[in-house]
Amino acid sequence: MIETELTRCVAAFHPGATGVTGAAKLSGGASQETWTFDIVHPDGNVGAILRRAPPGYGAAPGRAAGLDAEATLMQLAHDAGLPSPKVMHVLRPEDGLGRGFIMARVEGETIARKILRDEEYAGVRPRLARQLGRVIAGIHGLPQAKLPQLRSLTATREIEDLAREYHSFNWPRPVFELALRWLRDHDPGPSSEVTLVHGDFRHGNLIIGPDGVRAVLDWELAHTGDPMEDLGWICVNSWRFGEIDKPVGGFGTREDLFAGYEEAGRKADPDRVMFWEVMGTLRWGVMCCGMMQRFRSGPDHSMERAMIGRRASETEIDLLRLLAPRGR
Amino acid sequence: MQDEPTPTELIKAVADFLRNEITPVIKGHNGFKLRVGINALDLVTRQLALAEAGDATEAARLKQLLGADGSLMELNRALSEKIASGEVDLTTPGLSEHLWQTTMDKLAVDQPNYASYKRELGK
Repeated sequence: MIETELTRCVAAFHPGATGVTGAAKLSGGASQETWTFDIVHPDGNVGAILRRAPPGYGAAPGRAAGLDAEATLMQLAHDAGLPSPKVMHVLRPEDGLGRGFIMARVEGETIARKILRDEEYAGVRPRLARQLGRVIAGIHGLPQAKLPQLRSLTATREIEDLAREYHSFNWPRPVFELALRWLRDHDPGPSSEVTLVHGDFRHGNLIIGPDGVRAVLDWELAHTGDPMEDLGWICVNSWRFGEIDKPVGGFGTREDLFAGYEEAGRKADPDRVMFWEVMGTLRWGVMCCGMMQRFRSGPDHSMERAMIGRRASETEIDLLRLLAPRGR
Repeated sequence: MQDEPTPTELIKAVADFLRNEITPVIKGHNGFKLRVGINALDLVTRQLALAEAGDATEAARLKQLLGADGSLMELNRALSEKIASGEVDLTTPGLSEHLWQTTMDKLAVDQPNYASYKRELGK
């Protein structure tokens, strides 16, 4: 049982802790797991989250920043006063829990449909885009000297990465080709400013409460590059969950997002943001195709993965709406 | 000749049973998985109903655009190469209409409730 290792581990960093209770796996692929549990303490229990690669799994593959980098970034964001969980402990080999870290559990909602439809968030929805603009600006302003080792990406490099992945599927998609061609023709070149980029700033990775954003999660795709990438990604239609006239997450306007970003002393570039929105739309489409490939080749032979393959066409219609809009 | 009922009738009967009898008694993560499964069955019935006509008109448009013959896969591969090389682009007569019609026909099977699709359907 994981509670045995956790009990030994929490005693080392939370003085007075007598054990853990209620450990449950929230999500997990083969190489990465998230667990929730409570640290038992005479002064009151403390909610915690374990994010780990189980023993036997090495460094994160491909684009991933790695769990050690994730912990460092989350702590940096927390220290800068951004909505980010406190990192309580980075796993050591003697913990016997694999690689990863333990962070404070933040209560709130990550499910987009609830955030966009439930009455308890009605008050905060009109304010969220501006607030998120300020948060993204804070992330982009984190001190470069303190950042962990991260991949450095440019628009040109990301276009070629996407093209390579798409071509590896060996399944012709004229709309994806049109988007790749458009991206190459509109590549804005290297950004004049290079900052930390969260890389996956969208619904699902944001804990929202009736008071606003409480935590930014999942730094797995963090890298350094063009800060406008994060602003474009959160505008991708796939994260609007049906509220297609509200480009920021289905709750706000680009103008509010940019206003919040600029309140924090940074400058938004709407043309570059639009470029990254097209890139992001294509990226989600390629990711949908990738999940279908992994369904075929296993080990995750699940219906969910298979059905995500049939969502690639959603990104095709969104790409056409962006690149070849029809008259009304 | 295969006997009746048709594949569509069989899948619909299974999907309706899962939807009406099983959904109310399944909770939690398996309830979510059940919904995904029912969605998959519904998608298959839409594909059985719509794909043949959609594929035929797609092939006809592709042959016209490319001035060439071949399987749907070969024709889509050829069009993809021409778009990538820049030989064909959005100023090419018929390309935009072809991509739109093909995409709309796919969404009718894949995700007919997708908001962008419903918006475009009303145009």
